[in-house]
Amino acid sequence: MALLQISEPGLSAAPHQHRLAVGIDLGTTNSLVATVRNGISVVLNDENGRALLPSVVRYLADASVQVGEAAQALQSEDPANTIVSVKRFMGRGLSDLGSGSGLPYRFVDAPGMVQLRTVAGIKSPVEVSAEILKVLRIRAENALGGSLVGAVITVPAYFDDAQRQATKDAAKLAGLNVLRLLNEPTAAAIAYGLDNAAEGVYAVYDLGGGTFDISILKLSRGVFEVLATNGNSALGGDDFDHRIYCWLLEKNNLSALGAPDTRLLLTRARAAKEELTEHAETRMTANLRSGEAIDTVLTQQDFHAMSQNLVEHTLQPMRRALRDAGLRVEDIKGVVMVGGATRMPQVQRAVAEFFGQVPLTNLDPDKVVALGAAIQANVLAGNRGGDDWLLLDVIPLSLGIETMGGLTEKIIPRNSTIPTARAQEFTTFKDGQTAMSVHVVQGERELVSDCRSLAKFELRGIPPMVAGAARIRITFQVDADGLLNVTARELGSGVETAVTVKPSYGLSDAEITRMLQDSSQHAQDDMQARALREQQVEARQLLEAVQNALAQDGAALLDQAGQARIRGSMDGLRAVLQTDDHHAIKRAITQLNDATVAFAQARMDKSVSRALGGRKLTDLEM
Amino acid sequence: MAITLTENAVQHVRNFLAKRGKGVGLRVGVRTSGCSGMSYKLEFADEVGDDDLQFTSGGVTILVDPKSLAYVDGMELDYTREGLNEGFKFKNPNVKSECGCGESFGV
Repeated sequence: MALLQISEPGLSAAPHQHRLAVGIDLGTTNSLVATVRNGISVVLNDENGRALLPSVVRYLADASVQVGEAAQALQSEDPANTIVSVKRFMGRGLSDLGSGSGLPYRFVDAPGMVQLRTVAGIKSPVEVSAEILKVLRIRAENALGGSLVGAVITVPAYFDDAQRQATKDAAKLAGLNVLRLLNEPTAAAIAYGLDNAAEGVYAVYDLGGGTFDISILKLSRGVFEVLATNGNSALGGDDFDHRIYCWLLEKNNLSALGAPDTRLLLTRARAAKEELTEHAETRMTANLRSGEAIDTVLTQQDFHAMSQNLVEHTLQPMRRALRDAGLRVEDIKGVVMVGGATRMPQVQRAVAEFFGQVPLTNLDPDKVVALGAAIQANVLAGNRGGDDWLLLDVIPLSLGIETMGGLTEKIIPRNSTIPTARAQEFTTFKDGQTAMSVHVVQGERELVSDCRSLAKFELRGIPPMVAGAARIRITFQVDADGLLNVTARELGSGVETAVTVKPSYGLSDAEITRMLQDSSQHAQDDMQARALREQQVEARQLLEAVQNALAQDGAALLDQAGQARIRGSMDGLRAVLQTDDHHAIKRAITQLNDATVAFAQARMDKSVSRALGGRKLTDLEM
Repeated sequence: MAITLTENAVQHVRNFLAKRGKGVGLRVGVRTSGCSGMSYKLEFADEVGDDDLQFTSGGVTILVDPKSLAYVDGMELDYTREGLNEGFKFKNPNVKSECGCGESFGV
């Protein structure tokens, strides 16, 4: 007979209608699945009682796939077909990864996202992630005894649209209905019940296996806003293992070891690190292939000393995140610890010292993100009644479009809560313009070239009108998962074009944080750049107008000298247009305006007299 | 007339109630639905209703509405683990037929 769970009052499910929902932490190093059972969020273990599924996928020649420990065990034997840390490739192009990545994979450049050539064929990061998700889905279905209505999957707060879309695609491929993507720090905060806590600013310190993220969240009216994120995508618990490994080599006068010995010692180093969380010293023993036996004692004190600068490396991003958020340490109301590496006492101590308060550590730091995601999934699946508890997320970087001169016009500012929709009207730049190119960008900077290009599309079929007469409404709509729909509509004729942004290139997390920092650091430069571009646009517009006027009426209304004078001013303006001195451009614009005053007057008179020709004054009175 | 919990069930219910942080006990009942006519209701109880009958088993308060009692009287509630799944199981002496899944029953 079926096993029943205790429901909230009045929410007992009818038979066969349990709304089973899970939260999934799809991590760089490990992944987990959790659900709410009997009102409590719990992580679901596999049949061996293990909660963590290593995020490792191995492809075999017979097209079968290994996921988790089995794949991890063969990582060094079959590196090219064993994909680790696939999360780093999600939504990224080959160029984003950098050439010196030192990874053993055979990358294939593909439009949009890099692909990996394996013995079982070419696989995209989406397919690889889907294999991990599939294992977790099956684990959950077995544990819950039914199929899932949906899942909440967590992503880093800095993930851009391309990376989020890739994550959603992977879930779909794994047969999961995505209820929502949720930012990892937000999930951790939910797991600690901070959404029900006092309003204020919280910091989430996430030191995982290979990545470090710090997020500053602001809770107001049950909504978490990400004020700032920072981190280091190449710093994590593995680096601490490596420190111990290097120390072991030095201590035992060992030089370069073969792969099996290296692996063995790294495993010992990792065990030692974990041991030293609880104990003052630990003993590492190993028999190397050379026959040499290793037996070394490591004290907590020595370990803390050798890893001191690793811990310190996490402090700088914290300072930067606080500065970006415009906050001081005293403004932080609580600190949440996430990631297995935060178990290390020296890390906890450093964080406590930095923030001047004891961080929250009573939940398992490996599981806290999945636990929070499960709570959110339970709500979204409709298993929790009463208080309408809807948690919103925010978009990490502003969304906007390119306007004339390569300037960014922000339509949805960053940290807007989602879902959201905003519209703005734009117009044509040239007389008779029938098409408009819409370039969707993401970022905080004033110039398009400093932001990230998300999509480009064209609105065609605008009726020919004079410049500035067309009214084109651009609508940005961001759904609950942070994905963007852009619609452009000419209001007179009703012609419309829309695009769903499935952006082609992702940004590295370092780049995202850099973009956020740059926006504040370069505020002054950006203002200058904007002024310059605006002057340039105005100058070109003026040059074109004068050019047209000269072609029409120049010969009729001006003598040779008059025409030459205007052409001289135009040349002067064209010359400074190439420079980046916006003051000079402005002066030249003024000069050209002055030079054409008489000509413009003459043209005006001419057109007025043409309009009034042969009519009595009384006819004109209204 | 009684409804009882096994020792294992008592431990789990107390644990769940403690973690939930509120609730006066467990509400057990039946409702007419499901492929075999009736199905169980198992919920946390935040308050005692006027008509509720109360039982105590291992220190846990069990609430039953009078209409349900006829169907669940003498029942024992157990907490078991089956493979990866775990949860509560009803041992109900009143049941004459059960649907394949065990989620609903007839008397």
